[in-house]
Amino acid sequence: MSRAPVVAVDDLAKEFLLPHERVHTLKERALHPFRHRGHDRLRALDGVSFEVAEGEFFGIVGRNGSGKSTLLKCLAGIYRPARGSIRMRGRLSTFIELGVGFNPDLAARDNVLINGIMLGLSPREALRRFDAIIAFAELEEFVDLKLKNYSSGMQVRLAFSVMAQVDADILLIDEVLAVGDAAFQQKCFDVFQRLRDEGRTILFVTHDMAAVSKFCDRAMLLERGSVEAIGDPADIGARYLQRNFEHGEAPPGQDPERIGDRSAEIADAWFEEDGRRATVLRQGTRCAFKARLRFHRPLEDPICSLLIENDQGHPLFAISNEDGGTVTGSHRPGEEAVFSVEFDNVFGPGRLYVTPWMLHDGGAPIIDRRRRMVSVINTAPHRSGGLVDLPAVTRYERAAPVEAPR
Amino acid sequence: MSAGLVPITGPSALGGSPRRFLHLAVTLAITDFKLRFFGSALGYFWQLVRPMLLFGVLYVVFTNFVKLGDAVPHYPVVLLANIVLFTFFADGTGAVSSMVDREALVRKIQFPRMAIPVSVVLTAAFNLTLNLCVVAVFALASGVEPRWSWLQAPVLIVLLAILVLGLAMLLSAAYVRFRDVKPIWDVAAQLLFYATPVIYAVETIDVDERIKQGLLLSPLAAILQQFRHAVIDPGAPTAAAAAGGAARLLIPAAILVAIAVGGYLVFDRMAPKIAEEL
Repeated sequence: MSRAPVVAVDDLAKEFLLPHERVHTLKERALHPFRHRGHDRLRALDGVSFEVAEGEFFGIVGRNGSGKSTLLKCLAGIYRPARGSIRMRGRLSTFIELGVGFNPDLAARDNVLINGIMLGLSPREALRRFDAIIAFAELEEFVDLKLKNYSSGMQVRLAFSVMAQVDADILLIDEVLAVGDAAFQQKCFDVFQRLRDEGRTILFVTHDMAAVSKFCDRAMLLERGSVEAIGDPADIGARYLQRNFEHGEAPPGQDPERIGDRSAEIADAWFEEDGRRATVLRQGTRCAFKARLRFHRPLEDPICSLLIENDQGHPLFAISNEDGGTVTGSHRPGEEAVFSVEFDNVFGPGRLYVTPWMLHDGGAPIIDRRRRMVSVINTAPHRSGGLVDLPAVTRYERAAPVEAPR
Repeated sequence: MSAGLVPITGPSALGGSPRRFLHLAVTLAITDFKLRFFGSALGYFWQLVRPMLLFGVLYVVFTNFVKLGDAVPHYPVVLLANIVLFTFFADGTGAVSSMVDREALVRKIQFPRMAIPVSVVLTAAFNLTLNLCVVAVFALASGVEPRWSWLQAPVLIVLLAILVLGLAMLLSAAYVRFRDVKPIWDVAAQLLFYATPVIYAVETIDVDERIKQGLLLSPLAAILQQFRHAVIDPGAPTAAAAAGGAARLLIPAAILVAIAVGGYLVFDRMAPKIAEEL
């Protein structure tokens, strides 16, 4: 790391005791002072170490329960770590929630001051920034209106403006952007960019991979309380999506609609990425579909074919060995073969289903057809909405006015 | 490489910066004070009216029906002053549920945890200040003469504030774990109201001398008794006299110190864990 770290976390661990039976009353304690109360030890964080350099925009991602929020609360000083150390340089501000301390019965004026003080400003500083905060929120006309008469959008704007005006060196931000519309989110990120350009360091916890790859300099993936990876946001984003789907729905079971005369069978089929079997694919990489074929009767030049569909049943891609110019040849009973198709993965993100089948030479009848035999998750850093994302170049040029033909 | 890095050790009772502690406590207290009678037509006026109404009721009862106050010089002033002081005690120790009430703050931002019970005591202190002005006006109008011994009043009020703060810390920290602290304290405070010479003067009640002296072992009673002697009626026994000797005041003093120190220690121990236990 070229620049000196402003946040250094070393071997951080945090545990929570979760009693099986919460004892809340003195009476229960008094009546059963020695009764064994079982509890589970929930290891929320275990051996987390990382450093963040000055001026970095650092993303922290992970699935639900991976320890992101616990980490943020330890960094913020809300939880005391069980082990390890956290060291920081500079003034810290935490945004776990927008508008901490807001009170609906008070006017916006009071709320801005209270919120500012909660976030670490002194009353004088809060007062000095007041005009800028209100101007940024574009709420000049409503300064003396009680907060409960604000629309929820106005409240968010107000809270966010306070945040934008708090001058901390290090900002901890927890998915505050989950609220608000797209325009507001864009405004948030504009502010983050501005803060970063001013040399502030931002630690940002989120689920939103698009935001991570778009804005973060580096990212960290947490999994079960440990650091799984730290590095380039795009890679981390892909790994996160992979993680997310691995634990998602199980792939569909065997296909009841299997048809064919079974003079040969498709024994196994799978996807490969980087030479390894994969249940999750990454858009933009080269992948291969492979099917293992087992022959039961002598066969001449069987045709091997596959169809890839998305989860709405749209056919995306179909190819056979004939289309690819591959000859299969003659086979004896007991022989096995592998049919493979290698291609660049340009499919849009989502679940893909593959139906492989074998036909006798000449096109009919079917030897073995296994509908939707293989299913994979395709991941992409963002969702464009198209069925495929073709490698493309966009261009925009000023053109000289075309003179009218005479 | 890591020069200038400061360790983050998690939440504590007082936190790193005394200035931030003060800002927070005062801001919370002022907000609370503003909101207390929010929406009522008379606003802050109620803050004055409430003890006055209680005073009015008790005054009518104890001068016309029970005749507790006949033998007590300046009984109305004594009654009002005692009620105002006890109201401060009750308001301040009402901090018992404050940590839980402020859960949103405790779980969302880092700040010195003690700011919360301190802010409750501060709000109560604002009220006390307003109410004492009323007591002063009322006392002068009733013929109580200003004396040098009035200078004892601030000292006594500070002692009372220390007692209240100690209890506020103790109770609010305990309430996080044991939710029955609040009903227990409600009953205890009610008992204290009658066990303390608030509506009666200790020397006029018809009980055994040892019980009278026993009542003065409570720091609250000792403070109220001395306040009455120093501010309203120099003829009333001092706390030392009522307790049966200056040496006996060591007991309420010890209780006061024990509550203040114990409250702080309990709160300090609990502070790092409050956010998790809520």
